[in-house]
Amino acid sequence: MLEIKNLHVQLKEEDKQILKGVDLTVEPGKVHAIMGPNGSGKSTLSYVLAGREGYEVTEGSATLNGVSLLDMEPEARAAAGLFLAFQYPVEIPGVGNMTFLRTAVNAQRKARGEDEMSATDFLKLVRERAKALKIDADMLKRPVNVGFSGGEKKRNEILQMAMLEPKMCILDETDSGLDVDAMKLVADGVNALRDEGRGFLVITHYQRLLDHIKPDVVHIMAAGRIIKTGGPELALEVETNGYADILNEVA
Amino acid sequence: MALPDLKQDPTEARLARLTLPEGGCLAPARQEALARLRAMGLPQRRDEYWKFTRPDALIQPDPIPASVGVLDETPIFDAIDRLKIVFVDGVFDPEASDDLTLEGVQIDRIADICGKDIHWTKDIFGVLEARGQTPVARPLAALSTAFATDGVAIHVTGKPAKPISLIYRHENETSDVLLHHVIRVDPGAVATILENGPAAARLNKVTEIDIADGGTLHHVRAQGRDHERRAATHMFTRMGEGSVYKSFTLTVNGVLTRNEQVVELTGDNAIAHVAGACVGDGDFHHDDTVFITHDAQNCESRQVFKKVLRNGAVGVFQGKILVKPGAQKTDGYQISQSLMLDDDSQFLAKPELEIYADDVACSHGSTSGAIDEEGLFYLRSRGVPKGEATDLLTQAFLAEALDEIEDKTLSEDLLERLRGWLTRRR
Ligand SMILES: Nc1ncnc2c1ncn2[C@@H]1O[C@H](COP(=O)(O)OP(=O)(O)O)[C@@H](O)[C@H]1O
Ligand SMILES: [Mg+2]
Repeated sequence: MLEIKNLHVQLKEEDKQILKGVDLTVEPGKVHAIMGPNGSGKSTLSYVLAGREGYEVTEGSATLNGVSLLDMEPEARAAAGLFLAFQYPVEIPGVGNMTFLRTAVNAQRKARGEDEMSATDFLKLVRERAKALKIDADMLKRPVNVGFSGGEKKRNEILQMAMLEPKMCILDETDSGLDVDAMKLVADGVNALRDEGRGFLVITHYQRLLDHIKPDVVHIMAAGRIIKTGGPELALEVETNGYADILNEVA
Repeated sequence: MALPDLKQDPTEARLARLTLPEGGCLAPARQEALARLRAMGLPQRRDEYWKFTRPDALIQPDPIPASVGVLDETPIFDAIDRLKIVFVDGVFDPEASDDLTLEGVQIDRIADICGKDIHWTKDIFGVLEARGQTPVARPLAALSTAFATDGVAIHVTGKPAKPISLIYRHENETSDVLLHHVIRVDPGAVATILENGPAAARLNKVTEIDIADGGTLHHVRAQGRDHERRAATHMFTRMGEGSVYKSFTLTVNGVLTRNEQVVELTGDNAIAHVAGACVGDGDFHHDDTVFITHDAQNCESRQVFKKVLRNGAVGVFQGKILVKPGAQKTDGYQISQSLMLDDDSQFLAKPELEIYADDVACSHGSTSGAIDEEGLFYLRSRGVPKGEATDLLTQAFLAEALDEIEDKTLSEDLLERLRGWLTRRR
């Protein structure tokens, strides 16, 4: 599904290498987790995949179902089925959340040559999906993420994911800033979307999210590389011992 | 004191094209306005008040022709039940207009009033314009008082059930139009005035508004789309105790527009909101010049102006809040913002506060910026194409100004025009 090979990325503005050869393959139906110390390049990886400006790929490739992502516009990547739940969701004053969702859903449908969703169908679907995430009518009406609490912003990311039904979901620290109840809601939201055709890449610092979203594979990232890959037990190891042992072991 | 030649010559050259209407109750006001104008002279490029906007095309003897546009969308306010008053190249068109009788309002044509010996208009016509000439001269307004032969006098005595809609059609490529309206709102009366249309190749329009204690006037205007048109408009509003004035202007196209709003809060607890949104592309110069005088206690004034500029368009905002001695508890707010869709455009802002009372809260702010890249990427990452995402953010930028319009049916109608403008530029 998602295949990243030897990906090297540096910043456009300054001559700083951030990703130094990332290799990673996420198969359909699987949940991969990436853990790693702050500053190791996890968000950079997710931004580069989503197509944010400011990065330069100097080597390597990234494909989604065989199609190269790196030359595509961000909107085309989204239409191709890629979704990034942002570590820091962006506030957009003046654009209603509902308008935003409907515009996004219909834009993707249009890009895929499908008909737009009717206003009634859309409303019905939004209400249903929002309800599961305990997102009330008021949050749907308000401008995108403006005045939302940290937890509300993260739940709103999951709502967007649920509405867009992407093939490949990347979640960048969606658990940070969430209390236990909110984390449960988010995890339930993610689990509801799990199916054999969909891949997940879950970036997290903590084992606790992985208690709810059971990963198939866990990667440890440090200094711009995946330094270790294992099963769910790797996350438990990090939880108990921190990264020090793994870093030493690799060094 | 004689005017320098630099002012006198162009002023006389312009006056040579015009004939002062004679007789009737408005004649003295016209004579006085002409004398005022001769003393001030028409604006010149060197005038401080015209530093950002070249008045040349507005004062030259003949207008620069403007081709007549063909509207490719439903006319604005089309779905709104309203009393239509139509002017074609500045001349009232009774055929195209509705019957002017409406409960709660008395409407007369200025052209008819000119022939009368007495009419209430005389207490306002040229009077508010004259008051508005200090501390800053507004010669083009005096020109309208002296020479405009058409326009309407609207006396709001109650609460008319529908808006009064002034429609300005432009059919002649060389039309040079002077219009003058007078609006009087009685105590406790409430009305909505709508204005739309390109009006003329060159328009010089003055509206004098006197709102009595407890009166309310809503004003929503959409300046017409004919791209080559030029306009200078003035609105002089005097407000009594507890009165409310809310005015909004949308400007889409027009090579040159100067809109002046002169508001005088003379009674306590009055509320004045003037707002506007303009979108300009290329050869487009839009100037909002606002002067609000607080001369009573506990009044509120708001100025909210937003401009979207691209491809070399120029936006100007000159806004002043003057708080006179004794105007305690004044709440004055002013914001002017521009959104630059490229690096070629220009926004020139001169916000001013002049305060002679100690217990007031006044604030002003002016910003100029580009589309928020973070927001743009966020929208695109959700599959919204760049063009559409930019439009959405542009609409969001303008929303704060449009929110000033109380009637949501009207603001939605204006928003539709903005969407049209954006779509035409994809
Ligand atoms: N736009 C940027 N400008 C400067 N430094 C950046 C930028 N983006 C990322 N970095 C740097 O790249 C490294 C990786 O950052 P990031 O991808 O956010 O790591 P993580 O998500 O793993 O905490 C850090 O050292 C960070 O400071
Ligand atoms: Mg990060």
